[in-house]
Amino acid sequence: MAETTLSEVENKTVRVDRADKETLLDAQGLTKRFGDILANDRVDLVINKGEIHALLGENGAGKSTLVKMFYGSLDPDGGEIFWEGRKVSIGNPAAARELGIGMVFQHFSLFEALNVVENIALALPNPGNMSELASRIETVSRDYGLPLNPDDIVADLPVGIRQRIEIVRCLLQEPQLIIMDEPTSVLTPQEADQLFQTLQRLAEEGCAVLYISHRLEEVKRICHHATILRHGQVVRECDPTLETPASLASMMVGADVASVSAGDQAPDIGETRLTLQELSAKAATPFSTALNGISLELRAGEVVAIAGVAGNGQGELFDAISGEMPVAPAMVHLDGKPCGNKNITWRRKQNAAFVPEERLGHGAVPGMKLSQNIVLTRHSTGDGLVGGGFVSNAKAADLEKRIKQAYDVRMSHDDPEARSLSGGNLQKFVVGRELDRKPGILVVNQPTWGVDAGAAALIRQALIDLARSGSAVLVISQDLDEIFEIADKVAVISRGYLSAAEPAAEMTRERVGLLMAGGAEAQGEVA
Amino acid sequence: MRIELVKRKEHSQAMALLSPLIAVALTALAAAIIFLISGHNPLEALYKFFIEPLTQQWSLEATIDKATPLILIGCGLAVCYLSNNWNIGAEGQFVVGAIFGSVLPVLFPSFENVATLPLMLLFGAIGGALWALIPALLKTRFNTNEILTSLMLVYVAGLLLDYLVRGPWRDPGGYNFPESRIFSDAATLPEVFGGTMSLSAPITIVVAVVLAVVLAKTLKGFEIRVMGESPRAGSFAGFSAKGLTIFSFALAGALAGLAGTMEVSGALNQLLPSISPGYGFTAIIVAFLGRLNPIGIIIAGFVLALSYIGGEGVQSAMGVSNEIASVIQGLLLFFVLACDTLILYRIRITGQRASTGEASHV
Repeated sequence: MAETTLSEVENKTVRVDRADKETLLDAQGLTKRFGDILANDRVDLVINKGEIHALLGENGAGKSTLVKMFYGSLDPDGGEIFWEGRKVSIGNPAAARELGIGMVFQHFSLFEALNVVENIALALPNPGNMSELASRIETVSRDYGLPLNPDDIVADLPVGIRQRIEIVRCLLQEPQLIIMDEPTSVLTPQEADQLFQTLQRLAEEGCAVLYISHRLEEVKRICHHATILRHGQVVRECDPTLETPASLASMMVGADVASVSAGDQAPDIGETRLTLQELSAKAATPFSTALNGISLELRAGEVVAIAGVAGNGQGELFDAISGEMPVAPAMVHLDGKPCGNKNITWRRKQNAAFVPEERLGHGAVPGMKLSQNIVLTRHSTGDGLVGGGFVSNAKAADLEKRIKQAYDVRMSHDDPEARSLSGGNLQKFVVGRELDRKPGILVVNQPTWGVDAGAAALIRQALIDLARSGSAVLVISQDLDEIFEIADKVAVISRGYLSAAEPAAEMTRERVGLLMAGGAEAQGEVA
Repeated sequence: MRIELVKRKEHSQAMALLSPLIAVALTALAAAIIFLISGHNPLEALYKFFIEPLTQQWSLEATIDKATPLILIGCGLAVCYLSNNWNIGAEGQFVVGAIFGSVLPVLFPSFENVATLPLMLLFGAIGGALWALIPALLKTRFNTNEILTSLMLVYVAGLLLDYLVRGPWRDPGGYNFPESRIFSDAATLPEVFGGTMSLSAPITIVVAVVLAVVLAKTLKGFEIRVMGESPRAGSFAGFSAKGLTIFSFALAGALAGLAGTMEVSGALNQLLPSISPGYGFTAIIVAFLGRLNPIGIIIAGFVLALSYIGGEGVQSAMGVSNEIASVIQGLLLFFVLACDTLILYRIRITGQRASTGEASHV
């Protein structure tokens, strides 16, 4: 296991190395709180001129919150931002652009029916004459190796070119700092290479880039400096060129936390309950991930965990297993029955249960009472909630009370609407709703995402208990601490490829990190 | 000082009941201002518009006759809107229903027996449903916007009716007037309660009550509400969005078609180039004013019917243009939608400019 405890000394040496450069942005003690959750906790960050600065961290580590404060779309609750040595308060994105901060978003905000120059004109404060703007776009885009034809209609353009429009739009405002949120997640390797050249050229000209990415290889390749966030705090700064993707991954997930073994007694493994065979699916939208030949066996009595960085196909895999995304029949088997094309209700009747990542709006209807939300997943599972087409509100209310007590769901008054519950309590409810059925197969995506420590421990214990009672449990999670705490076997998903599941006891964080950074993909391609 | 909308933690039950009442009150206020500006005594005009129709038997019956199609159509539309299907074409479904329902009395006038009327009503419902299925299938198959397609089909339906009564369906003994033959007694809805009201009113009440039970108590009603609020959660529950789009359009079309047939059979007794004073559009207001709840829609249909009768009343008594009825209906829809905001938000008045938080998002 890599030694990654935060060391003051190391921290200082890095800062000294960078001292010869001029400071562009200096954030000191930035804090942002959302309700009970501290999204950013006294974050210090220095960005120098001409530096490509990587911002790394797992999902929920606070990266987006931090850059939103730089871009003026969130107000910090505490701390200060200095821009070229001057204290500034960035009230809104327009103010950020005025300072010289531009941002390229992960999801584009382009009008498909308009052409390139019209889209760019819409975003500029003073677009001026359209034909002049068109020739400026042509010059700037060619100069930076991102050629664009100003008359092209956006709807006809591939994703890579659309991103160019966003970048050129940013460049036309001559920014001193460009923030990029996972720019390569939608690009082909060739398009990514071109982007890297542009970024390097910008850096040579003195423009700084704040680069958010989960692709650790590319961070090592193009970034000069990296800041790593974990649970809202800066845990480490480093020079990524001196690190390996594996060491960067272990810094992100934090190997310094003591790991707890899955169970003291060896799990009693039974027969196979869920089988995935060469499960493949095309990406439904430019922002979703294709699944590539995923195979997995899940047996009674074991907890199998799928690790992976967000957006590598976890949601799509969950939808294929739950039946919300139909696939070929033979790709999914429940208890030996092929059911890839069967709907979620059929699978629930096979005693399978599902907990999606997004609890509000997917796992629960925000504006409905908890008792009604029980009907949502249990209307056809033989709980007597529906008879002759009529819903029994009394039985739903009984179940609601039972789940509330068994899983310690706290609420201000009886049977409230789902939206009024805190994240942790609602998660206990949606997990409890399924556990209450004593399912033979449970598939859960991000079981403790954004949940406080107490609730997370309760949910993890419940998952282990369910497996020990003879059920098969599949956990999809980004939280490596969680995975090593509860899993008997671990597989890693990367870009829609799944590595072979290996016993958790033989897995190390380094190995998981390598698989996350593309190893799973290589394994999948070989297989 | 500035006014802010603050999101409530849960829906406000009190506001769900109060918001239509506030909307009606604001509409009355706005109407009074309009009467005042146009040089009429606002109190007298409001009285003649909203109260006087309720004081006489004939105008009360006329109000109920007008309310009936509004309620029936509004009930179907409520199912569409609850499930996030924006059917704006009830007017066309009403007209096509009337055409289908008139096939028997117009083309087979000698077919007169006990089955005539039930078959006419059935045909009417089928016709309206088929017309409504066009935008539904376009939406599920090609992802077209149902607001546009259902609305455009209204005009197609209107022209189809116009063609039929001026052409092939014109009454041979009708001196070339653009109207169909008069329906026989067997094809006419019987009158009830000894007055001029037809059987359509009791049928409508039964439909509304059944629908209220279905929506509140059954799994289908649950499905409709879930899909409307959160389609992703609906698909997680195992409900099919496309299936529900087809179901809700077919139901709304069938009820509108039924209303169309009952209108020509019960009130007009023949097909005319124009058979509806915009019932299909007014029913949209009825559906929202009634909180998309069939029982609420019964009340709302009555209020809107009053605006038709009241409009005629102020025209004859005070010389105000009949168009005031449309203006007041529009105002009412505007205020209903605005007041609905209060169910999930409350108004806060702050003294100072609040910090630009997430409100100022990019």
